[in-house]
Amino acid sequence: MMNTMTKVSHTEHHGPASGLGRWFFTTNHKDIGTLYLWFSFTMFLIGGCMALMIRAELFQPGLQLIQPEFFNQMTTMHGLIMVFGAVMPAFVGLANWMLPIMVGAPDMALPRMNNWSFWILPFAFAMMLSTFFMDGGAPNFGWTFYAPLSTTYAPPSVTYFIFAVHMMGISSIMGAINIIATILNMRAPGMTMMKLPLFVWTWLITAFLLIAVMPVLAGVVTMMLTDIHFGTSFFNAAGGGDPVLFQHVFWFFGHPEVYIMILPAFGIVSEIIPTFARKRLFGYSSMVYATSSIAFLSFIVWVHHMFTVGLPLMGELFFMYATMLIAVPTGVKVFNWVATMFRGSMTFETPMLFAIAFVVLFTIGGLSGLMLAIAPADFQYHDTYFVVAHFHYVLVPGAVFAIMAGVYYWLPKWTGHYYPETLGKVHFWCSFIGVNLTFFPMHFIGLAGMPRRVPDYALQFADFNMVASIGAFIFGFSQLIFLVVVIKTIRGGSPATAEVWDEPHGLEWTIPSPAPYHTFSTPPEVK
Amino acid sequence: MKAALILLLVSASNVPYARAEWQLNMRRGVTDISHSIFDLHMLIFWVCVAIAVVVFGVMFWSIFHHRKSRGAKAHNFHENTLVEIIWTLAPFAILIAMAIPATATLVKMYDPSDADLDIQVTGYQWKWRYQYLGQEVDFFSNTITPSEQINNQAPKSEHYLLEVDNPLVIPAGKKIRFLITSVDVIHSWWVPDFAVKKDAIPGFINESWTNVPEPGIYRGQCTELCGKNHGFMPIVVDVRTPADYELWLAQMKNRKAEEQSSAQQSMSMEALMEKGEAVYISSCAACHQLNGEGIPNVFPALNGSLIATGDISQHIDLVLNGKTGTAMQAFREQLSAVDLAAVITYERNAWNNNTGDKVEPAAIDELKMAAKQ
Repeated sequence: MMNTMTKVSHTEHHGPASGLGRWFFTTNHKDIGTLYLWFSFTMFLIGGCMALMIRAELFQPGLQLIQPEFFNQMTTMHGLIMVFGAVMPAFVGLANWMLPIMVGAPDMALPRMNNWSFWILPFAFAMMLSTFFMDGGAPNFGWTFYAPLSTTYAPPSVTYFIFAVHMMGISSIMGAINIIATILNMRAPGMTMMKLPLFVWTWLITAFLLIAVMPVLAGVVTMMLTDIHFGTSFFNAAGGGDPVLFQHVFWFFGHPEVYIMILPAFGIVSEIIPTFARKRLFGYSSMVYATSSIAFLSFIVWVHHMFTVGLPLMGELFFMYATMLIAVPTGVKVFNWVATMFRGSMTFETPMLFAIAFVVLFTIGGLSGLMLAIAPADFQYHDTYFVVAHFHYVLVPGAVFAIMAGVYYWLPKWTGHYYPETLGKVHFWCSFIGVNLTFFPMHFIGLAGMPRRVPDYALQFADFNMVASIGAFIFGFSQLIFLVVVIKTIRGGSPATAEVWDEPHGLEWTIPSPAPYHTFSTPPEVK
Repeated sequence: MKAALILLLVSASNVPYARAEWQLNMRRGVTDISHSIFDLHMLIFWVCVAIAVVVFGVMFWSIFHHRKSRGAKAHNFHENTLVEIIWTLAPFAILIAMAIPATATLVKMYDPSDADLDIQVTGYQWKWRYQYLGQEVDFFSNTITPSEQINNQAPKSEHYLLEVDNPLVIPAGKKIRFLITSVDVIHSWWVPDFAVKKDAIPGFINESWTNVPEPGIYRGQCTELCGKNHGFMPIVVDVRTPADYELWLAQMKNRKAEEQSSAQQSMSMEALMEKGEAVYISSCAACHQLNGEGIPNVFPALNGSLIATGDISQHIDLVLNGKTGTAMQAFREQLSAVDLAAVITYERNAWNNNTGDKVEPAAIDELKMAAKQ
């Protein structure tokens, strides 16, 4: 024991290695967190360019810029890159940076595996993006890749897509194992489970979801692979298979997956709102129970994505009721955030602005989700732009805004500098206006009857499509402001104190800013 | 960037729209089911609005009054069991209130019994086939929006992308049962005014039904991504009075007899080429392209291809029976003998394929008949 202690305090004096090798061989949770965050931002811009290509084509009726086959590749790759390349790695990056500090651990439990789980990703996405240059083009069957469009009728590049998905899955599973091991085993003395910051709690639950469903995704793509290359007929009706089976297996992964993308966001917002309301989070334990209930329910609602595939009445009813139930714990969370703000002493720095926008816009996405849960009404909403509006509301001003809120919140801790507040606010307001201008009109065109994933549309949808496209360009280009803010803050700015904000709670505010390369080599005492 | 936006705006303002609308809400539709769905939709919508007003109201009130700049001091409460129980149970009660009418509507939608007419709807990449079961009426419904309109070389017509050559014709005031399936990928048959949307899945037959009280033309689209031309797969339903419907039915049966007799007549090369081009444009050009060059590595070229310039019987076999495992469909049932003969003749003589081969409708008809036995 004594030996380990001296060894730890010895390494404490080592800084990062010099040169590029630092980034390739690092096992430091902060370095790996940084890598994840930059990777995710790069993917966010690439996936964003695809979104802008889609919106530019949909600016007016008729085909102007791209042809339908390329349009389908754009929608597919935009979805895959944003889900697996932008949102998920961003949360893993934040987890890497913050979880060990928040629980008072010196690093992640499995630092070498941590390095590996990051470095798989650039190769997976390089392979996925390389499909654009292959014969027959990139995957063009939507991010949900329904068989048999993605098997019998797919371009040859689907095999590369399958391999890339396998690699992302391995990376996510390793990341999740690492997070669970860290949280369960490396908490500082006195840090009981019910004292964990909510970001840690939500990530713990997310990690269990990841371990449960990523193998299901791996299973479904493997079944596709054997259908395509080894003569099986899992999803081929002509061979006695079942195309609907694909959808069941996919959505058994897919529904928990959407909570994987939102639970850590709940955690971030639950850290930020108390800090800027200068008041403890309302209903901590109910937040923990609500998150757990949402995670449990996420396993029994997958069929609400499939209300029109022709299910028996009893099936429709069960999944409608189960889906509606999710509104209860989600409501509890929203009420808790509002109650935290109530009778606080609020200020509105950029992280708080993003967090408040999160609460409002995520709730709008949640309410449209409740509408979609009503099975008979879903027959009119399904696969229209109403659905597109719904899930972009929960993912863009939901997950993405929470990530940005988190970055602004912890950036002074990471870099040792305050970010430029005015520029941060400009970024927020441009994003806020852009996001609503893009996605709010999609509710209208969806209700009016425009199907999703079409490269061209009937004339009555023209006006709102034009508004949405203008909004998309405003939102897209505002993210360059974000890039400028982050680079400026890394390079300089007024020095941040250890606390950064007014009396924030949590271990991360007890260490200096910028956070030293090694923190909590000696565990802190938590009372 | 700015310049590009301005350019887009300017170019947009030059396009005259035949029917641009700022429609905000769901269409109420014309059937009982679509009306109850619309009412349900409005009910949930107003419940959501009420919830939003309360939650956001409290929130914005706090944001305004409990801000540090107004001297607000934080009150350190962080739990209240009673309040927490109330705001868990209250949403639960609202949900139950919403589930009751939803369940009732769903039960109604799931009752396809006692139908007056059964129609099988089959999705093909990228057209619909309608078979009137027991009536010997069977036809395909293709989009007729010309590519000039899609590519902005001609002004867009009123029903741009929502128009077909052969609409589905049904009688008003009768219960129609749809049996929906597909031969290739998954499609979805949606007519918003009927609130009928059902996935067309290969290997499955899904049921749905409607009863339209008033005659009229109703339009919809395929709503499940089904490949390249997913956006160009409209549905048009022509609802007629029962008398008009019977008239139409008789005409369809006559037309079939005429088609059969014309298949026995010989046609000139010019007539075949002219007809062939029209058939090629509606049935083949989506994949093989107008210039016969296809799309490299996705859809093969016909211009100069081994099939279109080689053995004629192989060519005929491919068009009639398709090629399993590819997007090449079997056109045996889709096209008449005359159309098939014309399009094969066209493919063998268009572009640089100057084979001089001519296919007679009678020869194709013979093959079609042989396959039926």
